[in-house]
Amino acid sequence: MSVSSATTEMVDPVPGAAAPHLPQQPDLVQLLSPEGERLEHPEYSIDVSAEELRDLYRDLVLVRRWDVEATALQRQGELGIWASLLGQEAAQIGAGRAMAAEDTAFPTYREHGVAWTRGVDPLHVISLFRGVDNGGWDPVATRFNLYTVVIGAQCLHATGYAMGLQRDGAESATLAFLGDGATSQGEVNEAMIWAASFSAPVVFFCQNNQYAISVPLERQSRVPLYQRAAGFGFPGVRVDGNDVLAVLAVTRAALAAARDGQGPTFIEAFTYRMGAHTTSDDPTRYRLASELEEWKLRDPIARVKAYLSRTGVAGPEFFDAVEAEADELAARIRSGTTEMPDPPGTAMFDRVYAEQTPHLAAQQAQFEAYQASFEGGGH
Amino acid sequence: MGQLRQFKLPDVGEGLTDGEILQWLVSVGDTVTVNQPLCEVETAKAAVELPSPYAGTVTELLFEAGTTVDVGTPIITIDTGGDAPAPAPAGDGAEPAAGLIGGAAPGGRTAVLVGYGPRTTEARRRPRRAVHGVPAPSSSPSPSPSPSPAPVGADYGSGGQERPPLLATAPDMTTKPVRHGGLEVGRQAEAHAIAEGAAPSSAAVPGRGRQRPLAKPPVRKLARDLGVDLTALTGSGPGGVITREDVTAAAAGPQAPAVDPAPDLTTDLTTDLVPAVAAVPSSAVPSPGERVPVKGVRKATAAAMVASAFTAPHVTEFLTVDVTRMMKLRSRTAARPEFAGVKVSPLLFVAKALLLAARRHPMVNSSWDEAAQEIVVHGQVNLGIAAATPRGLIVPNVKGADRLSLVELAAALGELTETARAGRTAPADMTGGTITITNVGVFGVDTGTPILNPGESAILAFGAVREMPWVHKGRIRIRQVTQLALSFDHRVVDGELGSRFLADVGTLLSDPRTALAY
Repeated sequence: MSVSSATTEMVDPVPGAAAPHLPQQPDLVQLLSPEGERLEHPEYSIDVSAEELRDLYRDLVLVRRWDVEATALQRQGELGIWASLLGQEAAQIGAGRAMAAEDTAFPTYREHGVAWTRGVDPLHVISLFRGVDNGGWDPVATRFNLYTVVIGAQCLHATGYAMGLQRDGAESATLAFLGDGATSQGEVNEAMIWAASFSAPVVFFCQNNQYAISVPLERQSRVPLYQRAAGFGFPGVRVDGNDVLAVLAVTRAALAAARDGQGPTFIEAFTYRMGAHTTSDDPTRYRLASELEEWKLRDPIARVKAYLSRTGVAGPEFFDAVEAEADELAARIRSGTTEMPDPPGTAMFDRVYAEQTPHLAAQQAQFEAYQASFEGGGH
Repeated sequence: MGQLRQFKLPDVGEGLTDGEILQWLVSVGDTVTVNQPLCEVETAKAAVELPSPYAGTVTELLFEAGTTVDVGTPIITIDTGGDAPAPAPAGDGAEPAAGLIGGAAPGGRTAVLVGYGPRTTEARRRPRRAVHGVPAPSSSPSPSPSPSPAPVGADYGSGGQERPPLLATAPDMTTKPVRHGGLEVGRQAEAHAIAEGAAPSSAAVPGRGRQRPLAKPPVRKLARDLGVDLTALTGSGPGGVITREDVTAAAAGPQAPAVDPAPDLTTDLTTDLVPAVAAVPSSAVPSPGERVPVKGVRKATAAAMVASAFTAPHVTEFLTVDVTRMMKLRSRTAARPEFAGVKVSPLLFVAKALLLAARRHPMVNSSWDEAAQEIVVHGQVNLGIAAATPRGLIVPNVKGADRLSLVELAAALGELTETARAGRTAPADMTGGTITITNVGVFGVDTGTPILNPGESAILAFGAVREMPWVHKGRIRIRQVTQLALSFDHRVVDGELGSRFLADVGTLLSDPRTALAY
């Protein structure tokens, strides 16, 4: 090997990772083609009612609208940052709707769609990104844990929680969300080893959106991600992450197996982040426009709409009504965001401990006195 | 007319301070809707479209495309209609209502921003309240003659009770305990600069721009160790960052440390043959943005370097050498009576080694004659020494250097140095060179890729001699190590010859006894 080649990284394309080959992947679970045709799969089948289908469509549209509005609000200076889910709506709605009421989700910071399915108010999520609270929805009431910004850490939380459920004899499971980049994190691997060793009722739901910020999947793994599960000793499934029905079916099955004592499953939802990693990122610096165009043809919402129209499950009135509802939601998010009050400076003392310590109380008092020493009153 | 709203350039990427308006997507008179893209803005992080926060009619674009605008500055005015107060002239009166975007939010913040940077007037920190009974803050913590003397700590939690500010005074620089070592010297230098008010330059005005010179931590440490005041330097790195080279050059320069550090190899070297770095007046340093006419030595240097670089195909090879023995020999030689009147520098031995090696490989001491299509092998070595002088780079040479004894060579180099430093080098001394040494080590650098003096076939760069961990006789020892770089004209000298020549120079420096065998 010559000197130059020894210092140059040579990475072969990951089989199946390149977008153009997606339809040819034999191991990709798909129940709704990008053209909106219903497909059958030998292992995963699903029977959804017309109403469920319409609800899924509504979820997808509303969540996308929320996301688009939040991105605009960031561009207008109303949010410090926003992590967009654009393109990943089906993966999140499918996974969220697969959960039973007693299951608990452990999200990253992008699971707005899952938050939606758990009944978390969009404004509560937005307040975190506006920097006026610390993301304080009730994780017990919603069964939706707080957003975790540390990459992969939530997989340990989900595994530990699942082991607790196991010891309590509860018949519920946890759903740990992670991205493709997180699979390279130590926490994720540790979580999977624990989960496998104890057959913990946890499902690892990986949204492979092809990029860890700017790092492409080829730099994370030489094998398709779902195949990694075999190394840990539990099943791995690759599902079309832009197919809400397939995600719903696969996640339901995995959660059911977990509740049944059959241990963890790794789900690789093969999808694409249509927007930037966050509003601080410029994806045109590391992605080709042709790749984006390719994925536009696999839009997760268009295929559901096509299927609804073709089968007569929904017509123009329904679609218009959903659009109108999306407009209302966007307006509520806009006004709710700009009217969000700033928290008092002392809010940071409120939730450090369940019960405030004397030391902390003294600090708070000192801080309040300091604030009061400025002209024009408190804060 | 309705209500005029202004949209301020937001921080679209966590901590940005400005952005360039690439293009406007709307014009004055256009009707815009909420979230309609207004313009494209490029920041340090990304090029993004800014969507409109208002629906209405565009009444003014406040900046042209291509302008870089600070975050928080209004960029567009939109008439949102409605029965709002009559429009004021753009500028003063157009301040939007409180609570609206661009207006003051509860808490004295500008509602447009969540991130950093764009705090404008209304977001400024309010002045501290006057504290009753407490005189102007003094540096001595005198007991407070407060009318209601309370036990310390009793006012915690007492609501609005006023008390002296927590941080009324800046730390007093003069009361710092003095410790030993360069670290403290550097701190004192910094403190001194601050205490002096230090501030003809805007860089030192608190709160505006940067008050701390830009330099990486290792460079700061080096500056402290060498006693160099960073605030006095102009950085040559990207964005004005002060580099290691800036610091070492400053340490070697005329404003050398007030404190004499322990005798050190670097400073020792710099006094050896620094033709004239020290003599370059700091006033000669051009100010940023100044356009310096190309003339004189600079013009001649430029022409010579271009001619050389683009006619002779250069190859550069490097060699790292343990020169401990050479440095010892140098000390012993300097002590000999016959060397009493001359300067015995490391360069002298490098020159001698080069001359001895050139005797074994005469082809390195030759010229390419393009017109005659011949290679001219010179009968003698006219050894050029690249010298930085107040007038610029010149390369005077020692004629017949190969026939000089060591003491004669030392005298010749000394004379050449003196003459160059005084700016009296005669033109004849600068022509007829056959091979050159450039002593980049005096600037504290390790090596370089020198460009041939036109007409010559080889040039040797001599780097700084440093104490380094080195494997010596099978053990790691602290040795004095330098780097040699040889550039040669590949038309004349092949890789084999160049390598052998460089290796011979290196061998002579690492083990000067080898000279007996040559």
